[in-house]
Amino acid sequence: MSITEERTNNVIGQRMLRREDPALLTGEAKFVNDLAIPGALHLAVLRSPYAHARIKSIDVSDAASMPGVVAVYTGKDLQSTWAAPMPCAWPVTPDMKNPAHYPLAVDKACYVGDGVAAVLATSESASRDAIDAIDVVYEPLPAVIDLEDALSDRVVIHDAIGTNTSYTWNLKVEAAEGAVDQAFKNAAFTVSERYVQQRLIPMAMEPRAVAAVPQPFGGDVTLYSATQVPHILKVMTAITLGIPEHQMRVVAPSVGGGFGSKLDVYAEELLCVALARKHGAPVRWVEERSENTQATIHGRGQIQNIELAADKDGRLTAVRVRLIGDMGAYLQLVTPGVPLLGAFLYAGVYDLPQAYDFSCTSVFTTMTPTDAYRGAGRPEATYAIEVAMDALARAMGIDPYELRKRNYIKKEQFYDASGNPTGYTAFHGLNYDSGDHLAAAEKAMQHADYVALRKAQATQNVPGARKRLGVGMTSYFEMCGLAPSRVLASLNYGAGGWESATVRVLPTSKVQVVTGTSPHGQGHETSWAMIAAEKLGVAPEDVDVLHSDTAIAPLGLDTYGSRSLAVGGVAIAGACDKVIDKARLIAAHQLECAAEDLQFEKGTFSVKGSPDKAVPIAAIAFAAFTAHNLPDGVEPNLEAQYTHDPKNFSWPFGTHVCVVEVDTETGKVDVLKYVAVDDCGNQINPLIVEGQVHGGVVQGMAQALYEEAVYDGDGNLKTSNLAEYLVPAACDVPPITTDFTVTPSTTNQLGVKGIGEAGTIGAASAVMNAVIDALSGLGITTLDMPASPNNVWKAIQAAQGGTK
Amino acid sequence: MIPAAFDYKRAGSAEEAISLIGQYGDEAKFLAGGHSLIPLMKLRLAQPTVLVDIGRVKDLSYVRDAGDHVAIGALTRHMDVEKSPVLAQHAPLLAHAASHVGDAQVRHRGTIGGSIAHADPASDLPATTLALGATYVVQGPKGKRDIAARDFYKGFLESALAADEMLVEIKVPKMNGAGWSFQKFNRRAQDWAIVGVAAWRNNGTSGVALVNMGSTPVLASAVSSALSSGASIADAASHAADDAEPQGDLNASVEYRTHLAKVLVRRALEEASK
Ligand SMILES: Cc1cc2nc3c(=O)[nH]c(=O)nc-3n(C[C@H](O)[C@H](O)[C@H](O)COP(=O)(O)OP(=O)(O)OC[C@H]3O[C@@H](n4cnc5c(N)ncnc54)[C@H](O)[C@@H]3O)c2cc1C
Repeated sequence: MSITEERTNNVIGQRMLRREDPALLTGEAKFVNDLAIPGALHLAVLRSPYAHARIKSIDVSDAASMPGVVAVYTGKDLQSTWAAPMPCAWPVTPDMKNPAHYPLAVDKACYVGDGVAAVLATSESASRDAIDAIDVVYEPLPAVIDLEDALSDRVVIHDAIGTNTSYTWNLKVEAAEGAVDQAFKNAAFTVSERYVQQRLIPMAMEPRAVAAVPQPFGGDVTLYSATQVPHILKVMTAITLGIPEHQMRVVAPSVGGGFGSKLDVYAEELLCVALARKHGAPVRWVEERSENTQATIHGRGQIQNIELAADKDGRLTAVRVRLIGDMGAYLQLVTPGVPLLGAFLYAGVYDLPQAYDFSCTSVFTTMTPTDAYRGAGRPEATYAIEVAMDALARAMGIDPYELRKRNYIKKEQFYDASGNPTGYTAFHGLNYDSGDHLAAAEKAMQHADYVALRKAQATQNVPGARKRLGVGMTSYFEMCGLAPSRVLASLNYGAGGWESATVRVLPTSKVQVVTGTSPHGQGHETSWAMIAAEKLGVAPEDVDVLHSDTAIAPLGLDTYGSRSLAVGGVAIAGACDKVIDKARLIAAHQLECAAEDLQFEKGTFSVKGSPDKAVPIAAIAFAAFTAHNLPDGVEPNLEAQYTHDPKNFSWPFGTHVCVVEVDTETGKVDVLKYVAVDDCGNQINPLIVEGQVHGGVVQGMAQALYEEAVYDGDGNLKTSNLAEYLVPAACDVPPITTDFTVTPSTTNQLGVKGIGEAGTIGAASAVMNAVIDALSGLGITTLDMPASPNNVWKAIQAAQGGTK
Repeated sequence: MIPAAFDYKRAGSAEEAISLIGQYGDEAKFLAGGHSLIPLMKLRLAQPTVLVDIGRVKDLSYVRDAGDHVAIGALTRHMDVEKSPVLAQHAPLLAHAASHVGDAQVRHRGTIGGSIAHADPASDLPATTLALGATYVVQGPKGKRDIAARDFYKGFLESALAADEMLVEIKVPKMNGAGWSFQKFNRRAQDWAIVGVAAWRNNGTSGVALVNMGSTPVLASAVSSALSSGASIADAASHAADDAEPQGDLNASVEYRTHLAKVLVRRALEEASK
């Protein structure tokens, strides 16, 4: 039975204000750097100013003698401290090359920002001053910042592996051998496009921060970190440092955003723990903003070549994709897997036959390592197919929405002949749980007033028009709710994808929910309380949510990949079911009836047909606690643990429409209107859903119009602060119309899908399609991101045959 | 984001500030709103060993009608320039330009004197006061002197101020109803200008100055001479970059900047002529 049918308590679906916000908005919330830790030493890391250089010598004597300095370490000094190199949990192919990566570089620095020495001092400023006094002699080597150059092995970065290529991963699905080639040969229309996914800097509002506190005896250590993944971090720290796992405790206090950048195991976390143990004192570190731009992972970084084949009506007959992925200097926790998370999505929401040929080759460069960044692989894939669809529509001379309509997977295809929901099994074998693309698209088009827009465009975009109007759309599918453990196994991922929950009804009938998810801005405390309140028939205020401390919530796989609700939230519902099942036995005992004769409604068990024979769950909780009169075989206390391993990914979808005006004189793009119609199945708290869409859309729009990590030819990051790396502010964001269709997931009891990444997945391509649409009348058919005024102006000049 | 160590002295008056600066010499710097200096110190691009805080010299924060001009104390915050009724009446171009400086937080801390003394070509108020033909009053150990805005800017972050001199007042000629325009082109609403233009026109005379078109704020004299010899707005605007030596950066190539200056000067003159 699904909760939608059983719902009686009307908590789910309410626009409840987030309980997290008062503390956050008043500055009372405690982030790692707010923790008062008496006697802590401060860590500072000296970072390589060269993208690629041999370390000839390091003289730390001046630094070591400065006031307040306790110790200075080089990579060599600490080499014996590490039981293993820093972890990469995703060896995507058996022969993937993964150079050993240690918290401090030993012989060679491989990117600007690579740590080469560490200072411990009694104050933050003393540690920072001492960094400047360390004398390193480098032998600079050539930088490698271009992916195609990296591929050529002109300069090999990691001597030990002898090549810059980390791996090649293929996904070829053909109904019969040669199907893809055949489809291209027979196609009425083909397009062949090349896109660059520029590197992005995640730029969480709170940079990273770490504090390691050793216990005086016995070797236990508590690691406080601004992380998305306390559970993963606990295991990985234990392995990397050779610490027995039960002696590690990891706590993520309030965490100010992550977007994937805190889904990692970082050098500074390992340094703090190792040095705290060595010195028998707490060690803390907080990242500076500019340091964050270099020492915390970047996102995206791909060159995409995509080819589409279509029949005379524009129906897709084959898709071919060649990617080059930029790994950066080393493989971080899931770096190599990021392009693969998109590998299944290059046919988007379209009904493609088995004619799909995907291949990704990933290379090392002398830049900051990349890793998961909001959407991770899926925005890139969606961008490629959606921008290519517009190119196909142009090639055919038909309306891009019309082309999409001819290709959408139809609603009926998610059901069998007798109308039972079966999901749609795509060409690659994965099953899309539920969907109705046309309905979402139609709704988006109504909000955008598409027909009128096209008319206005025809009037406005006359030759010589100073301002040109453009309309762009994107229909997306997101593969989220990471992830069914068996699917992860088939992708060689090093862990499962389940999530755990414990639900505990206390003697006074207040409820504790313990979750393995680890929120950093998503509002889990609010939403998880709503789920438990709905299930148990108690007030949401009576539910407390415990998380992000491995001593309190020992089991979990944390928060990323739009998994928290679709996996972790469903686990809570499952734990509630177990609690209710147990309570039912006690209620039956008290009411002297059979358990099957009881119904549970609004927090009360009553005998079907005689509603006056009833007992509330509060009374049962107390009875379970006193244990004076429990049925035989029933343990005291009302508590249950449940681990949910999803049967399937969840597949949210939707259509976004963007309307822009481009000033052809200056190249400036103004977003006039943005419509997002998303479908994430049932919504627990629509307010939070809208917030996630807003943030996601802005992040995607930022990739299209503002953001880019720019490196110069020597491998220096030119955008290392917030004046140069252009994160849009509130006043740069256009009004966003959000609306929804609701197509519940059929694979979990809440009928929910993820929504954390959807906005980002839809937005970049919707915006770029609009910009290109505005300019196509001038002969512009392709444009690199970001569509900055300078880039747009240059494209216009070039198209007009200027000398630029 | 931790600056190198420095000493902090607070001055109660211009005289005290000047004597403190004299005492500590080259290593000392005035601290006004701190919104240019502190970011540089946090990046360790500036490492003064002493800061002389003039932020609380209250009697240098004013906007006064002084007959043919408006007198503005150097410590007047951008927000007070923006909201000044005297400026709204007599030099609306300056009040308007001040409203485009950064965001509200920046405007509540930053001072007009700090902005001018810092002599950043990308700042809005140096170019605007230059377009308006302002005069800067500076005070040193030997007393006060006037420097015309057009003689003040010597190079990138370099001005005619001597190390022991303090900017105390900005005298802005009244605009007498001139038409004006301030064009600020940027990618994000609250950013520095990629290119900016401050312009006014009145009965055959005009003033046009450019933001971020070289190592100093630039007076676009060629535009004004073209206008006074009867050129059309479009023709005059084509001379926008004649006096400029723009540099390329992440947001704009030299060529694009030059083009933008022409477009923005044309738009500014069109607006100022309405
Ligand atoms: C986020 C941000 C955005 C900004 N955006 C803009 C913008 O869009 N446009 C713009 O124009 N500006 C912008 N600014 C700069 C801002 O306007 C500064 O406040 C201003 O440039 C400097 O004024 P201040 O009072 O803060 O000077 P300070 O930073 O205190 O001083 C700057 C320099 O001038 C010297 N100095 C200060 N006062 C005097 C004086 N009276 N006599 C002699 N020397 C003096 C100091 O010693 C120092 O060298 C921005 C700043 C920030 C932080």
